[in-house]
Amino acid sequence: MAPIFKLTDMHVRFDTPDGEVHAVCGTSMHVDPGETVAVVGESGSGKSQIMMAAMGLLSSNGRAQGSARFRNQELLGLSPRKLNQLRGKKITMIFQEPMTSLDPLYRIGDQLIEPMIEHEGLSARRARARALELLKLVMIPEPERKLRAYPHELSGGQRQRVMIAMALSGDPDLLIADEPTTALDVTIQAEILALLAQLQKKLGMAILFITHDLTIVEAFADRVYVMRKGAVMEEGPVTRIFADPQHAYTKMLLAAEPHGRKDPVPSAPVLLQADGVRVTFTRSKGLFGHDELCAVDGLDIQLREGQTIGIVGESGSGKSTFGRALLQMLPSEGTVVFQGARISGLDRSAMRKHRKALQMVFQDPYGSLSPRMTVGEIITEGLLVHQPELSGRDREARAAEALKAVGLEANMRNRFPHEFSGGQRQRIAIARAVILRPKVVVLDEPTSALDRSVQAQVIELLRDLQREFGLSYIFISHDLAVVRALSDTVIVMKEGKVVEQGPVDRIFDAPQSAYTRELIEAAFRLNTVLDRAAARA
Amino acid sequence: MTDRTALSLDQEAPARPSRSLWATAFLRLKRNTLAMISLAVLIFYILAGIIGPEITNHHYAEVYPEFVKVPASLEGYPKSDEIPALAESALARARLDLGQITVDGGTIRVEASSSREIDPRVTRYLDRSDLFANSRIAETSADGQSVVMEADVERLHFYFGTDANGRDLLARTLISVRVSLMIGALATSVALLIGVLYGATAGFVGGRVDNFMMRVVDVLYSLPFIFFVILLVVFFGRNVVLMFIAVGAVEWLDMARIVRGQTLSLKNREFVQAAEALGVRSAGILRRHIIPNTLGPVIIYMTLLIPKVILLESFLSFLGLGVQEPLTSLGVLISEGAKNMRGDAYMLFFPAATLTLLLFALNFLGDGLRDALDPKDR
Amino acid sequence: MLSYALKRLLGAVPTLFFIITAAFFLMRVAPGGPFDQERTLEPSVMANLNATFGLDRPLHEQYLMYLGNLARGDMGPSFVYRDFKVHELLGSGLPVSIQLGLSALLLAFIVGATLGCVAALRQNSWVDYLVISVATFGITVPNFVVAPVLALIFAVWLDLLPAGGWQNWSPEHMLLPVVTLALPQVAVVARLIRGAMIEALRSDHVRTARAYGLPTRRIVIYHALRAASLPAVTYLGPAAAALLTGSIVVEQIFGIPGIGRYFVQGALNRDYTLVMGTVIIVAVFVVLFNLLVDLAYAALDPRVCYD
Repeated sequence: MAPIFKLTDMHVRFDTPDGEVHAVCGTSMHVDPGETVAVVGESGSGKSQIMMAAMGLLSSNGRAQGSARFRNQELLGLSPRKLNQLRGKKITMIFQEPMTSLDPLYRIGDQLIEPMIEHEGLSARRARARALELLKLVMIPEPERKLRAYPHELSGGQRQRVMIAMALSGDPDLLIADEPTTALDVTIQAEILALLAQLQKKLGMAILFITHDLTIVEAFADRVYVMRKGAVMEEGPVTRIFADPQHAYTKMLLAAEPHGRKDPVPSAPVLLQADGVRVTFTRSKGLFGHDELCAVDGLDIQLREGQTIGIVGESGSGKSTFGRALLQMLPSEGTVVFQGARISGLDRSAMRKHRKALQMVFQDPYGSLSPRMTVGEIITEGLLVHQPELSGRDREARAAEALKAVGLEANMRNRFPHEFSGGQRQRIAIARAVILRPKVVVLDEPTSALDRSVQAQVIELLRDLQREFGLSYIFISHDLAVVRALSDTVIVMKEGKVVEQGPVDRIFDAPQSAYTRELIEAAFRLNTVLDRAAARA
Repeated sequence: MTDRTALSLDQEAPARPSRSLWATAFLRLKRNTLAMISLAVLIFYILAGIIGPEITNHHYAEVYPEFVKVPASLEGYPKSDEIPALAESALARARLDLGQITVDGGTIRVEASSSREIDPRVTRYLDRSDLFANSRIAETSADGQSVVMEADVERLHFYFGTDANGRDLLARTLISVRVSLMIGALATSVALLIGVLYGATAGFVGGRVDNFMMRVVDVLYSLPFIFFVILLVVFFGRNVVLMFIAVGAVEWLDMARIVRGQTLSLKNREFVQAAEALGVRSAGILRRHIIPNTLGPVIIYMTLLIPKVILLESFLSFLGLGVQEPLTSLGVLISEGAKNMRGDAYMLFFPAATLTLLLFALNFLGDGLRDALDPKDR
Repeated sequence: MLSYALKRLLGAVPTLFFIITAAFFLMRVAPGGPFDQERTLEPSVMANLNATFGLDRPLHEQYLMYLGNLARGDMGPSFVYRDFKVHELLGSGLPVSIQLGLSALLLAFIVGATLGCVAALRQNSWVDYLVISVATFGITVPNFVVAPVLALIFAVWLDLLPAGGWQNWSPEHMLLPVVTLALPQVAVVARLIRGAMIEALRSDHVRTARAYGLPTRRIVIYHALRAASLPAVTYLGPAAAALLTGSIVVEQIFGIPGIGRYFVQGALNRDYTLVMGTVIIVAVFVVLFNLLVDLAYAALDPRVCYD
């Protein structure tokens, strides 16, 4: 069987102010009809850019070389008019950001019918009828009403369904999906993947799936290309690659999946206790009146020395808000007691003496470091507050020590944050917390912005630091695998409330609530979800 | 994000020497030819404004009644072919028979004769004219009835010509540059001071205070600007310095909005929250985290505010509301030039070109700074 | 939407009231009076004049009287043009200023948007650099330079157009003043549209449109330009208010009987009623155009909703 899509010796280069970047270097791959192929790689692997190049969608500073053939027709160098006869009809794409991929200024219906009118010459009325059919096909609730809705009135998952409907309108032979579920919650991700699997079975198009997530690859694809730094490292059927990886990089990627468990701590004294923590936000509405939004609704925790409490939940569950409320960084109700002293309701200056022992690490390694300060200044800022008696030389020594503790070199302290990679920055942020020798560190999604392989190193670092300094963690994440690898006890949150809490093994092996079961299934047993969906089709 | 910007470099230490964002911005600015030319032009203007009026050979207020509206010229005034006639008229009262008059570079030779013996003091008639100096008898004939007088010709140079009152336009342009730059700096500093303090306070304190402070700004915005300025003129009369402090006090509104917006967004950035989690005091957060990061937009806005203020000053002067005689300003000169443009286009050209070039330089420098400090490719 | 507009108009009343009050008292507090120029006046004549114009009464009474007259649409007599009421003066000048301003506004939007679009589509080409240079020129060169230079070239040297004067809707009288007025606006609009357009063309939804094979012309006009026109619309609101209420410089140089000149003359002569009239006109236009901008914004961007 001849492949319908064949890339041969593709090169993609970008002209940047800092010189040429060779993003894709001589890569070849192919897709057979009806096949599901995954391209997996971390950021910077060129996995998206190679598809953009083939589809003529590179940004203006990019150049593509090589050959990209669709049914034996060369796509590179094809006139825009000819290319437009294929794009959006025979080859369609869905993208990572459902929030921005649709034009915010036009109704869903108008956007759906646009390619149909363009490619098939349908009348607006016929196209509208077909658009309604497609919305029903992708199982959007209230499809008639959604036709007249604007993108901002839909949820992320619904928008991605609209994108899929649009992708199916021309009865495509190949659907290129570029990280279509990365921006979505894990349960929505499972739904979207299930929908795609179902539709593929029904309609028989080939799917080229670009992702960084090995779990999806394993559950969803027939064949996989592993890419790194613009080149394919390894290629083969999914079952073979996962069972018997040949290339060192593939092995490393597979090994980077979070694993291991935290050693349980013997019964230790309670360090931090919170009861009935409630956070409400008021939003002003128009001229008069406001409505209240309860972000955290009555949470209790008990953190013992050396222990880690994992808090999981999807976006909007209030988990990050709770972390900040614990450290008295936002106004909240309820009581929080730290080392026998009540800290809830303390004002900024009264709270200051506790801050040394209560530290925080944030999600965004790009945003949490002050861009105009050197690394040394950043990590010693806390010392200025809490140990003002230290001399400059002492602070330097402490900074060097802290950098070493997080696996960086001491001489890096004169550099600026923008000179470091994401993983290094997160290490710097951790160094800023541990330099104060805190008791409790609240980690707010510390690994979410990082690639899996980097994530694995940061997890290892967090484990080492906990052992070395006897730290207690509150670990907040949407990533169940990471939470399972690091926590003693787990709290599952949804819409500000606790759904379930308990020891890590009990939660993951015998979840009590339906929501927890759904979460765990979507995260760890994607196969089952997809098989079930395929059976329904 | 797309893949191309964030190449995974986790284990690779940065290879190039460490640079702060300021240093990087400066390097970027240095690569911008237009901005660097503008910077050079601006430095030239500043030097011209400071030392220019001191080294020109005319005072900006000095009137030369005999040279009214003479066009711009590299040659001195009076022109060579006019000098003999001027010498004749200077010697008219000496009652001599004038022979040949020759002009040779900076000296004039006048042959004269009389039926009587000529008193050597006759040369004083030449000296009495502003044009000639150091007059002397070069040769005297044996009978003393004919002499050859020599005198140095003091020719005046008006490189930009003179205005309708016979004042040197170059000197007047230079003093205008000084006035414009001073006023630009003064009013901008005032606007900067008020705007940054007001905006930072509103943004940092937030809540109701912020709401109220910004309402005040909104209301001030809806007052007609020209009314404001004219009212200021009415109040402060002819005191230019006071008036431009007042103009600065009007121009702070934009600055306040920019700084407030910056402060608000910075306040929600994670690095500020991180500092709060460390227990850093408000003063420390402002000093180390907020102010250094608002500096970029403030500098950009400032370089664009200076030309705005200079333009405003010229505009008011153009209307006759600004700088008063004998001091002058580019606006006044342009206004005079516009009135005289039919016969004497040079009177419009030089001040207009001077102002335009200055504004160009400031705008290009501002644009260059914006590109350097605020690159989109982070 | 209609109720929102009404609400906004009602909300503008206190603002206008504040402006009128502030202007009234600021003007009166300023040193000098309307009859200072006429030094030869006998004290008795002066007192007479003051009485005729009500200036001898206490300030708050004058203020209330002014408000009362204003409510009846009477802006009072001008102190300097004593044969005219202020609303008559403004009424005769305003149509002229609006003619000029409206033409300049249209010209600015059409030319500016076209230039900005073309530059964005050919980013970093010579066309782009040309547009940027023209835009910088337009922003940099002040109108009191542009106006005399244009007059010099086209009226004095080439003798193609009249150097000044005014006839309603006469293209040859309007051309130079309109170009002078429009030039800086063209420049700003071109810059704004260019910047917003470049951003819009890079946006994810334009990439989607390209990936779905839509023709470039449709993508540019339908998907990019609509989003890119938003900043220009925001800018043009206040700019329109300023343009329509006349330009002192342009009126002075081209000898046009608009209302721009009353701003300066009124204030310098302490013609209290005339100044108040001009301030009210400008304030009303500012309020009106801010409202128009908000409504246009809501029409262009469905994410903005007013209730």
